[in-house]
Amino acid sequence: MTATLTAAEKTAAEPVVRTTATRKRLVPYWLLLPGVLWLLVFFALPMVYQASTSVQTGSLERGFEVTWHFSTYWEALADYWPQFVRSLLYAGTATVLCLILGYPLAYLIAFKAGRWRNLLLVLVIAPFFTSFLIRTLAWKTILADGGAVVGALDALRVLDVTTALGWTQGDRLLATPLAVVCGLTYNFLPFMILPLYTSLERIDGRLHEAAKDLYASPATTFRKVTFPLSMPGVVSGTLLTFIPASGDYVNAELLGSTDTKMVGNVIQSQFLRVLDYPTAAALSFILMAIVLIMVTVYIRRAGTEDLV
Amino acid sequence: MEQYEPDSLSAAQLAAMRRSLTNGRGALTRRSLLRASGVGALTVGGLASLSACGIPPAKREGEGPASTDYSAREKQLNFSNWTQYIDISDDEKHRPTLEAFTKRTGIQVKYTEDINDNVEFFGKIKPQLAAGQDTGRDLICVTDWLAARIIRLGWAQKLDPANLPHAYANLSAQFRRPDWDPGRAHSYPWTGISTVIAYNTKATGGRKVDSVTQLLDDPKLKGRVAFLSEMRDSVGMTLLDMGKDPGTFTDADFDAAVGRLQKGVATQQIRRFTGNDYTGDLNKGDLAACLAWAGDVIQLQADNPDIQFAIPAAGYITSSDNLLVPAKARHKTNAEKLIDYYYELPVAARLAAYINYVCPVEGVREELARIDPALASNTLILPDKAMAAKSRAFRSLSSEEETAYEEKFAKLIGA
Repeated sequence: MTATLTAAEKTAAEPVVRTTATRKRLVPYWLLLPGVLWLLVFFALPMVYQASTSVQTGSLERGFEVTWHFSTYWEALADYWPQFVRSLLYAGTATVLCLILGYPLAYLIAFKAGRWRNLLLVLVIAPFFTSFLIRTLAWKTILADGGAVVGALDALRVLDVTTALGWTQGDRLLATPLAVVCGLTYNFLPFMILPLYTSLERIDGRLHEAAKDLYASPATTFRKVTFPLSMPGVVSGTLLTFIPASGDYVNAELLGSTDTKMVGNVIQSQFLRVLDYPTAAALSFILMAIVLIMVTVYIRRAGTEDLV
Repeated sequence: MEQYEPDSLSAAQLAAMRRSLTNGRGALTRRSLLRASGVGALTVGGLASLSACGIPPAKREGEGPASTDYSAREKQLNFSNWTQYIDISDDEKHRPTLEAFTKRTGIQVKYTEDINDNVEFFGKIKPQLAAGQDTGRDLICVTDWLAARIIRLGWAQKLDPANLPHAYANLSAQFRRPDWDPGRAHSYPWTGISTVIAYNTKATGGRKVDSVTQLLDDPKLKGRVAFLSEMRDSVGMTLLDMGKDPGTFTDADFDAAVGRLQKGVATQQIRRFTGNDYTGDLNKGDLAACLAWAGDVIQLQADNPDIQFAIPAAGYITSSDNLLVPAKARHKTNAEKLIDYYYELPVAARLAAYINYVCPVEGVREELARIDPALASNTLILPDKAMAAKSRAFRSLSSEEETAYEEKFAKLIGA
């Protein structure tokens, strides 16, 4: 059969096939072009620029030159490691708190809310209708020294415990680590609830019935069926909370004090106040690297490929 | 392939689709996409990082900051100022003094309140100024140290005294000779700022707080004291309290002052370092006492009689917010006309009566008394001799000093 196919036929057919094939092959790339350009201009180029800045030395007056001064990284880490530790600690705590607070709520909305479901979802998103800054400033009123929250916690002797743990100072909440963590938790809670909800909502209710038929207690059902199936939501929720929270500086600035400053505050201060652009750029890259490593390890561990 | 509705597609289309999705080099697999974008990114990244040759010196040599002045042809002016820093009518729709200026000169003023913070504003205008481009602003209002930096970098245009007769004649002696702009060649103050101590008598239990020593050492104020995140205010007031002159201090003095504040942080006497947001905390009583800007104090007092202020016996820091014409601005003459206009006594009085900051205009007292006698006798707006004698300005810093001091101060405030 192949022998009967003449050489003439082959050469006649091939060019046409090749051009259409090439065109077809390029189509997906053409479709990707806008996105790729966007990434290049607004992500890749700034990254390269910052990477270059981080190995420069100089001053505003004399200008900055690339001198491959890698020790900036080491110096930045040596000077500001407490702020790094603090950022990860606060962001981690806030993420765990978000999960604890958000999971039951997402579960309720997904399975028990009935006709209230849409209303509850709108309420979850409602805080986004005001600005991040206003929401954080509201917490200054909520946690004010003479306010009801401080009064109640003080009467219940909770503040004595938290002060002993170093989370608060004396009989106040504002300008303490606890206030910053509260602010972070509040501000990022919707980012936890929404992916959790999408994961939970997808679970087929018949699976719960099946578990019940097989004599699983509600706790076992949750442990063996619901929770594993909601893992994509848990993973993406924790990532969406932890990553921005670790770089946040607004909460630490407004609700915190000198000893609650996070690495975002240091970067801001180095960029704008001290005008030490290399250190600021190096700090940004160190933070990025730390978060990237932690997230990679976490995703490997959690083993969830299909993130929502 | 059911989801592609095979009936509506031709056989050739289906085949093409299947081919592009599944086999051959044309298949867009995740691997090939990652490889392609990875190689692309590496090439671009490598080239760019090789060619990235740093940030050029900020100071522009060779060409001056002056630019072609289009004032005569374009009756416009773009004025950037701080929020709530100009008089507005009761219905908040008009800016009386500004509208009167337009009426008189025919110059349309685009007034933008886009300055909230000196360092942020510098970050915003720096790229254009460093590149020798027009910022789109003809007049900006920045605090002393930033004005000093902008002038030092050659980013401010020299003002023409011929267009500034009132300003030249009426500028208060106190503001005439800053060491960073001798003879006011590039700048004129919009307002003067006094840094004083403010306290909430409700929170202090009726006690008076009138020295930095008391702020730092009084155990009754523990955890309810704030200093300002502006280095020159906090360190300057501490220097004065230590008997040093903020106009002539040395590195050792600076370190000693920072050390004193550091002790206050370590003992948790100092609650935090604040920007403008101290006003809310002081009003609520979360702060018992703090460093404060006098204009804010007058405005707070209007609503809350518990707010009091004190001028420390050791002296207080004065500074000013200054009008500058940035390099390459298109309407310099129009800007100069506006500066001069605000140095006319009736206009200056109206502005001072509204914003309550120190009025840098000499001889405004009578005009101010006509608006409100109480304001004319308020020493926070028109300092008397005794008060003026206690005022000190923070000396201007060289670029190296500025970086070193800001770094130390940044460590002090935690970031």
